[in-house]
Amino acid sequence: MSVLIDKKTKLVVQGITGRDGSFHAKAMQDYGTRLVAGVTPARAGSEIFGVPVFGGVAEAVAKTGANTSVIYVPPPFAADAIYEAADAGISLIVCITEGIPVRDMIGVWSYLEDLSKRPEGGPRLLGPNCPGLITPGQSKVGILPGHICKPGRVGLVSRSGTLTYEVVDQLTRAGIGQSTCIGIGGDPVLGTNFIDALRLFEGDDATDAVVLMGEIGGSDEEAAARYIAAHMSKPVVAFIAGRTAPPGKRMGHAGAIVSGGTGTAAEKIAAFQAAGVPVADLPSQIPGLVRAALAKPHRKSTVRANGRRPSPPKMKAKARAKSKPKRAKATKTTKPARRTKTARPRKRK
Amino acid sequence: MNLHEYQAKEIFARYDIPISPGHVATTPDEARAFAERLGFPVVIKAQVHSGGRGKAGGVKLAASAEEAEEKARAILALTIQGLPVRQVLVTRAVDIASETYAGILLDRATKQPLVMLSAAGGVEIEETARTSPEKIIKYMVSPRTGLLAYQARDLMRRVQPEPALATKMATVLEKLYRVWWDSDASLCEINPLVVTVAGEVLALDAKMSLDDNALYRHPDLVAYRDDRDESAGAVLAREKGLSYVKLDGDIGCIVNGAGLAMATLDLVQHFGGSPANFLDIGGSSNPEKMVTALQVITGDAHVRAILINIFGGITRCDDVARGLLIALDRMQVDAPIVIRLTGTNEAEARAILEARGLSATTSMEEAVQDAVARAQGVTV
Repeated sequence: MSVLIDKKTKLVVQGITGRDGSFHAKAMQDYGTRLVAGVTPARAGSEIFGVPVFGGVAEAVAKTGANTSVIYVPPPFAADAIYEAADAGISLIVCITEGIPVRDMIGVWSYLEDLSKRPEGGPRLLGPNCPGLITPGQSKVGILPGHICKPGRVGLVSRSGTLTYEVVDQLTRAGIGQSTCIGIGGDPVLGTNFIDALRLFEGDDATDAVVLMGEIGGSDEEAAARYIAAHMSKPVVAFIAGRTAPPGKRMGHAGAIVSGGTGTAAEKIAAFQAAGVPVADLPSQIPGLVRAALAKPHRKSTVRANGRRPSPPKMKAKARAKSKPKRAKATKTTKPARRTKTARPRKRK
Repeated sequence: MNLHEYQAKEIFARYDIPISPGHVATTPDEARAFAERLGFPVVIKAQVHSGGRGKAGGVKLAASAEEAEEKARAILALTIQGLPVRQVLVTRAVDIASETYAGILLDRATKQPLVMLSAAGGVEIEETARTSPEKIIKYMVSPRTGLLAYQARDLMRRVQPEPALATKMATVLEKLYRVWWDSDASLCEINPLVVTVAGEVLALDAKMSLDDNALYRHPDLVAYRDDRDESAGAVLAREKGLSYVKLDGDIGCIVNGAGLAMATLDLVQHFGGSPANFLDIGGSSNPEKMVTALQVITGDAHVRAILINIFGGITRCDDVARGLLIALDRMQVDAPIVIRLTGTNEAEARAILEARGLSATTSMEEAVQDAVARAQGVTV
């Protein structure tokens, strides 16, 4: 098992004949992703990289059984591309496009939320303004460079692109492979947030630990820290970029801005520390922290028995939150009794 | 992109949001003439892209023509948070009975428009949030319907006990929401929205910032851009599509990717240096980007060392190396350059650089420490 994509993923590329779309479609195919179709309205009926180009996503789904889409269309048309994929019944929509107006994404999100209320549920959106995701050795969707990844058991979730590559590369060089690496994107309105990704990793029996890479702006990291304290049995290691960012300035990503004194790196780091999550000061410390976290016995996941994770009883969640910091203090000999009781040996690779 | 108060008020006026009449002056004489036309007393307000204008002495009352000229002269001589005051807004002063805060922004957690109201108007909302958060009313708006009239009325009744006034203020709030939505604003704020002693409702101040990603569909609003406070480098970077933020250190940083760029600045500071800027050249290995990046960096007189940090994922390191050589052929760079290149085709890249007497490391931390040492005048 892995998270969101695997060998069975059937991919349609929206904007496949464009400069970026064609380059990355080829790279994904070369990596082993099952590319089944492309969409470029004006080029319908043609073929590229051995797959058919359709005029619309619905036709691509009907004729090829595509279940995942990746979007490389320019910002003014990207929201429309997301609606189209959602209406075509795609279950995972990955939007790489950077520069989509927030107002467009507010509309998209509202629409996706409505779809998710149907009995059959709605699609998951990853991004926009994200590098996509990769399950090393199986499939990649987006622009992450495959050759720096290595199959393994550490999940990674990040708001950035190249910083993710940097850390993946360091993990790989340190001999630590990855289960799935997810780039959730650098925009203020995102389809998948940290908690969504953490929940997926918690329920994935191919993942033993998670690296979370956040940055300034918003409060998604703080929410993730609270979620980890209350719900995660697997160890998480965090890193926050933007400690030196001045207030009121957008640091490249549309969402990376300290405004009104909130969204600072200091707040996020404090939130993780309060949740017992070790925070790396330097990217190079991440492999070591991951190793240390994996070496410690951790809470047994309740997910593995039935593939679902029941939400823990409220009392226990509160009690756990109060007994912070846990993982940070794990070198101490006295541990909360509950954890010692449920500790299990780490799964061997 | 931030708008000046007078620009935001021009937009408000198009939506029939009541504002007090005013004129923008760039000289004390002009301010005096406008003041005489408006009638006294007047308020003279600095127009700069910065909060805290009042505290900095940028907002003054004037009761006569002489006083208006004198106050305008004083304000036009001010520098507020590093920004010189180039223009003032002259408006008629009003007798205030009550002040309310009204703002519309994005709530990132729910991904919906958020209305914020507070009976503590006239105070910065961040200040209210810190000292008495219970005084702030927050309301999420469904983007499907927009802010409905009854919702605006319900909200305003909570800050204005007088029904007729609450109703008047509610229509202002509705219009403010429409301004926010129609202009692709990231923030629309009236602080304060006042009720005058005469029972009139007025937007006494106006603050707007726009979503940069949506400017392509608002050419009329782009015309409001006032980049006189930006450095030549910042303007060049924006025109060429690079993300650049000027900082006050001496190590010029050129990085691919925003997250890696932020992490690079953090590392510079961690190792005792001080970054001169944030600069993300993006994912493409187009040599023109490197040329522009070096132009921007060398245009900053404080830069004493240049740090180039590239992680070649999709970007090919050899393309970056070639781009750098093209850039160096076209321009004179005096500051020492420290290069970190790793990832796709890094060996070829290193060979290309070495042929020109440049060297590159593969470790980000090593490169940062080297750049910090060089900025301090130490050759490693």
